[in-house]
Amino acid sequence: MTATTSVTGAPDTPPTTGPPKRRGGILSKIAAPYKQSHGVQRFMLVTGTAVSLIIVLLAIFAPLIAPFSFDTYQADGARFPTQGEPSDVNPWGTTVQGFDVMSRTIYGARTALEVLILAVVFSLAIGVPLGLISGYVGGWLDRIMVLIMDALFAFPYLLLAIVAAFLLTNTIDSGIVVTAIAITVVYVPQYFRVVRASTLSAREATYIEAARAMGAKPSTIIRKYLFGNVVQSVPVIATLNAADAILTLAGLGFLGLGIQPSEAAEWGYDLQRAIADAGAGIWWTALYPGLGIVLAVTALTLVGEGLNDVLNPTLRRRRIKRPVISSSAVGPASAPTTEREAG
Amino acid sequence: MSRGGSLRGYILIRIALMIPMVWVLLTTVFLMMRVAPGDPITASLGGKLSPEEVAERQAALGFDRPLIVQYFDYLWDAVRFQFGTTITDNQTIGSLIVENGGATLTLTVAALVVALVFGLPLGLIAGRYRETVPDAFIRVFAILGYAAPPFFVGLLAQLLFAQNLDWFPASKMASPIVQATAETHTHILIVDLAIEGDWEGVWDVILHLVLPATTLGLLVMGVFIRLVRVNVGQALGGDYVEAARARGVPERRVVSRHAFKNALIPVVTVMGLQVALLLGGAVLTEKTFSWPGLGSRLLDYLTNRDYIGVQGLITFFALIVVVISVIIDIVNALIDPRVRY
Amino acid sequence: MADPVLSLRDLRIWYGAERGAVRAVDGVSLDLMPGETVGLVGESGCGKSTLGRGVLGLLPEGAGHAGEVSFKGRNLLDIKQRELRSMRGPELGMIFQEPMTRLNPLMRISDHFEEVLQIHEPKIGKKEARNRSMEALRGMGIPPTRYKQYPHEFSGGMRQRIMIALALVLRPAVVVADEPTTALDVLVEAQILRILADLRRNFDTALLLITHNLGIVAEACDRVAVMYAGRVVEQGPAYDVTTKPSHPYSRELLRSTISLSTTELHSIPGAPPDLVSPPPACRFHPRCPNAMAVCAQQWPPTEATSPGRRSECWLHATDRIPVGLEQPLQREALAASEEA
Repeated sequence: MTATTSVTGAPDTPPTTGPPKRRGGILSKIAAPYKQSHGVQRFMLVTGTAVSLIIVLLAIFAPLIAPFSFDTYQADGARFPTQGEPSDVNPWGTTVQGFDVMSRTIYGARTALEVLILAVVFSLAIGVPLGLISGYVGGWLDRIMVLIMDALFAFPYLLLAIVAAFLLTNTIDSGIVVTAIAITVVYVPQYFRVVRASTLSAREATYIEAARAMGAKPSTIIRKYLFGNVVQSVPVIATLNAADAILTLAGLGFLGLGIQPSEAAEWGYDLQRAIADAGAGIWWTALYPGLGIVLAVTALTLVGEGLNDVLNPTLRRRRIKRPVISSSAVGPASAPTTEREAG
Repeated sequence: MSRGGSLRGYILIRIALMIPMVWVLLTTVFLMMRVAPGDPITASLGGKLSPEEVAERQAALGFDRPLIVQYFDYLWDAVRFQFGTTITDNQTIGSLIVENGGATLTLTVAALVVALVFGLPLGLIAGRYRETVPDAFIRVFAILGYAAPPFFVGLLAQLLFAQNLDWFPASKMASPIVQATAETHTHILIVDLAIEGDWEGVWDVILHLVLPATTLGLLVMGVFIRLVRVNVGQALGGDYVEAARARGVPERRVVSRHAFKNALIPVVTVMGLQVALLLGGAVLTEKTFSWPGLGSRLLDYLTNRDYIGVQGLITFFALIVVVISVIIDIVNALIDPRVRY
Repeated sequence: MADPVLSLRDLRIWYGAERGAVRAVDGVSLDLMPGETVGLVGESGCGKSTLGRGVLGLLPEGAGHAGEVSFKGRNLLDIKQRELRSMRGPELGMIFQEPMTRLNPLMRISDHFEEVLQIHEPKIGKKEARNRSMEALRGMGIPPTRYKQYPHEFSGGMRQRIMIALALVLRPAVVVADEPTTALDVLVEAQILRILADLRRNFDTALLLITHNLGIVAEACDRVAVMYAGRVVEQGPAYDVTTKPSHPYSRELLRSTISLSTTELHSIPGAPPDLVSPPPACRFHPRCPNAMAVCAQQWPPTEATSPGRRSECWLHATDRIPVGLEQPLQREALAASEEA
């Protein structure tokens, strides 16, 4: 039988009306989802985290790890071949411009990390306060904000990023900043929605009402009570959005927007250059940067989904072995006495 | 409480609610395009024309008027589906849409079909047999389908199925001969060929369609699988499902009649949002496969910095998304009796 | 006296949990005569809902069971899922607590009825199915004109009546009603209780009425079983138990009930025990005002205090308490150790 009926015999927990538990150490907070998870879930979470960390390390230490720089086209005075097959010097081959594919792929992680950090910081800095204020203040301000954010949310996100990048390219020199802003435009509505929704529900919570009754100023309530409560929903969405942001970054690069080829190595841009190679049956220029994208996005998705599963346990399914009721437990009178210590 | 009446009322309200949505979208597009520094003509043709010529062109297109006048003009034009004339190649956006829209339509519809035909059953299986081996495989497949950008999948597909195996053509929408000889009726190539009775031509287009449609479909499929899986899981734990079991409804029927149907409703709703993903993905896929659709045109205008071209196509895409979301909501009301309230 | 239609013998249902087995039902014996209404009362979390679901075999995967649920001479715990499934409906029915969510929102009321009838009586014609369903609904006061409507078009009380009609349309021998009126307001509650009381007269259906409300028991039941921490601590005729309870828990539970004569609210100190590691010996002893030293050490015997009445308490077997263990139990202040 695969019945998934809810457990109805479970003891009721007393209703909690106090403010959410005080945060413990940050480390224990981070470790909590890993401790709570089980089986496949834990495997996914741990794998995702491990791969993400490896990519971050690759990004940070790219100059030490990569054989060459992303725009090196020669070594020891000898030019690399163009579209050269994987060889001893260039283990993953070279591009049509004669760059080393391996080095570019590793440096691509660096670009992705830079853009991600900027984009997440920008999105949080804009989306969280807007959501908090909109949700707490309510009224016409809230309605207008929701209307605008919904419109942006409904817009094909890649097109939004394209337009933003297109418009900013001539104004801002750094392609990385341009791309980060373009990505921010896309994800602010999402942070806004999540933060606003949890603000709305937290606003009605007893402890907030109590604070209001005691005459706390709205700004104090938002900062001291709501913020701490609402940010808890941020890690999951931030991780999932980060995965999405890598795709957007690569998409922009693929369309030739944002980061200039001379500025940094970017997986999407490399794939664009690889279209022509594919027609000639050259696979290495496409495969490695593409795998970089897939790996990074998959890892972040696993982390985000894993966190989501653990932190929102409504979807969690009990996979617990059926308890064995020992034969000694059968028999009305004897059972409780013999079983007494077993629990 | 006549049901027909309330359904009609719901549809009318939903269509009425479209207006502020469209307005906000149009305003957003306008602000983004115009508040950005530089004027369209200088940006796109700056190097090629003398200052006098630039001024003349600006006056002709009305860019020298106050911003607020331009704004109302833009709104009025958009409402009449007049999106202007491109700067670089002097085409009206309307004719662009007619000419290239068919290719994008063919691609997105085919991709949606691929995503639904494979995505729904896989999601149902994963949701029904949660946390088993098939579920784990389907989940990984879904995550990979979403994590692999269409241009990467497209390139791999080209390398494998076009270069190595030579099963399908690598790019374009049809062979040159088919493209050149086709009579135009609807501007949708595959339909035109079918009207003409040119079945070899239709087959040619289908062969060209397989790789791009699968590539784009894979992207959306991942989302469908995840969504259906979660919803089936939730529905199976639902109260009415337990009640149906308590009445002795066989498990197969509980799953198919009670859980699946209820699980698919949120999917229909979210499908509206996937149109946005589909359109975005279409731009990337078209570029990868040199597919002659609106996405490819948009990229041309982006490269040439043609503000009117970009603005017009973006406006059109935004309108499409709004219209489709309204259609989805109406479909939703037709399937779910609760919505009509 | 006739044979019981449903008979539980030493039934145990334990859930697997991370901390160990949750003993939701731990050695329950109970009989249900044809046409009889037995009330099963207890606090939330004492295992009464688990027991009800266990009878129909509707337990989650992580639940283990032992003992016997005999229905018409067969042990339901042993028979195949398939067969048990086909018995749910025509033999065993169930009515749930929250009627709002128990009907499939996408199916018309008519679809619900026709579905069960076609499954359990495949030879039934469309017309006949329709007539039977309308008749069952009419019996519950739902006008036939609303047969084709969707669940969301009905109020909570009406939905519960539909659920009852849906359970009764197949005329099962046993119906388990799990807090059928808890989610409804008082007027509707009375109405539903009247309908349930009519059941035994009209259909000879035995009813296991699960509730936490002793008032309902007194009103609607023939017999009552009081459940505490997975055990039935007392059972007997409803009138006797609700007027002269013989187990301290029943007494305390009765005192906590609000009635017209209530002048001050009473509650049982302490919280229901943790079912993973329940208190040793008598499970009620930590909260029992009459607890003796023996109650914490030896399992109380089940005594027949009067005909048809049993109570699991040392108070009724004082002659058997080992010497030295009859003095009141010494313990730390109860209130301090439990929830605020």
